Amino acid sequence: MGKSSKNKPTCSSVFLNGLIKENPTFVLMLGMCPTLAVTSSAINGMGMGLTTTVVLTMSNIIISLLRKVIPDKVRIPAFIVIIASFVTIVGQFLEAFVPSLNASLGIFIPLIVVNCIILGRAEAFASKNGPLLSAFDGIGMGLGFTVALTCIGLVREIIGAHKVFGISFYHLAELIHAPEGVLNWIDRQYPIAIFVMAPGAFFVLAFMVAFINSIKLKENKKNVAADCKVGDHDCANCKEKCEHRFYDENGKDGSVYDKHMSKESEEEGE
Amino acid sequence: MEYKNVSSNPHIRDHMSTGKIMLVVILALLPTTAYGVFHFGIKALLIVLLSVLSSILFEWLFCKLIKKESTIRDNSCVVTGLLLALNLPVSVPWWIPIIGSFFAIVIVKMIFGGLGKNFMNPALGARCFLVISFPKLMTDFAYDAFSGATPLAQLKSGSMSVKITDMIIGNTAGTIGETSMLAIVVGACIMIMLGVIDLYVSGTYILSFAVFILAFAGRGFDMPYLCAHLAGGGLMLGAFFMATDYVTRPVSKKGQIIYGIFLGFMTAIFRIFSPSAEGVSFAIIIGNLLVPVIERFTVPTPFGVVKNSNRKGGK
Repeated sequence: MGKSSKNKPTCSSVFLNGLIKENPTFVLMLGMCPTLAVTSSAINGMGMGLTTTVVLTMSNIIISLLRKVIPDKVRIPAFIVIIASFVTIVGQFLEAFVPSLNASLGIFIPLIVVNCIILGRAEAFASKNGPLLSAFDGIGMGLGFTVALTCIGLVREIIGAHKVFGISFYHLAELIHAPEGVLNWIDRQYPIAIFVMAPGAFFVLAFMVAFINSIKLKENKKNVAADCKVGDHDCANCKEKCEHRFYDENGKDGSVYDKHMSKESEEEGE
Repeated sequence: MEYKNVSSNPHIRDHMSTGKIMLVVILALLPTTAYGVFHFGIKALLIVLLSVLSSILFEWLFCKLIKKESTIRDNSCVVTGLLLALNLPVSVPWWIPIIGSFFAIVIVKMIFGGLGKNFMNPALGARCFLVISFPKLMTDFAYDAFSGATPLAQLKSGSMSVKITDMIIGNTAGTIGETSMLAIVVGACIMIMLGVIDLYVSGTYILSFAVFILAFAGRGFDMPYLCAHLAGGGLMLGAFFMATDYVTRPVSKKGQIIYGIFLGFMTAIFRIFSPSAEGVSFAIIIGNLLVPVIERFTVPTPFGVVKNSNRKGGK
């Protein structure tokens, strides 16, 4: 938080922020509905992600251009109108040029209108920044969403249907001229079908978020352990035993008592 | 400053520990297991062993992985593995019990905090996971060239060729542990006599199931049909060994009765109105998920506390 106010955001920092640091799916936990619903295959996830990217970038640019015109009180309806027009345009395009993808995404294309990533970025970024930065924010956030959906879709597809991007393992093995025995063996395996159904989406998403959180915790530990100052870092994600925090070592749930509040009040008292 | 995770007194200490209770449950499951092995042959024993051993292994590995004290000593993973194996048909390939025990131990139990914090019965969660994932393998009840249909499937298709005596003794197709009603009831008697379970859940479960079948199955007061439903499928195994799971049933007696009635009705609804012939596992899982709601409405009043309505009247 402190960093962004000190350093002026550049196009590349805004782009990387959306792609990695504030990845909409894995970090911000936005747009969960399409994430869970359409990632039954990698192609579906990628199609959904790219469609959202296009809508997000276009609406970010237009909202950013109109940010001084739109009255504050009616900004949400105004944003929705802009977003909905782009969704309609993109929906018509998909219907005309990739009808199969359109059919498999179904109702989730029109529902991009109410995707929280798009409205969230319009509210949090595009209505406060210039069009160029907003465009890069849209591309970064959109690609972050696309990568996340493709990853989830790929894992679900591999485990749940024995396919990679719609090509079955059997075909892949045939392509590399695998021996007969291997082909027969692949043919006899059973995919865990629950992974391409609704519960599988929850399993895969949960494990991916847990994995990414564990990486983030380790990084926080590295960055913060050396010199920790009050309000310098994200204490909620800090596992270090610094003097600001009190760890209840007897508590089984690892409960944490934040001492920042009491410390600050002591200082005021002095 | 030390925080101890205890409530205020009085504390009642029981001579039974978790490990001892689980040992009693294992003991009570032995007749069923033995009959399954006798009935389905040596492959049933292999599945049971594979399931139990992999359950223990996964629990030990998970504890190692998160650097916590190993909890395999409380025997609950053995019970989970055993129940899972008893819920599998004998024709499954060797990797099914391993995937099942991985799901039961790691996903359903350990990730949520271990025994006591799991939100559904691990063995049943794994069974449902397997049934949804591998429907073909999990409903293939053929054994020894015996035709595959379970008595319940035959009932569903309308034929009444099933013999009730065969179903009670267990000479039918089905999963390893569900066929013999007799062996299950013997095990249940052991548990009831040793005070491990009571009939608040099981009794209301079976009674309400019978009432629903009599009222809505469209057969009228057809005793052979009712007996076939009671003896067939996983009802007895579910009612005595899985619905009574301490972790996933309500705490108060009132709650347990509501829970039992709900399970009975759900099972009967699944069996009569759904396309599949069996419904015990899904009914108990849905019941498990509703337990927090049931608990909220059945908080017991402590002794000496005046009810709210009286106090308002006093004002």
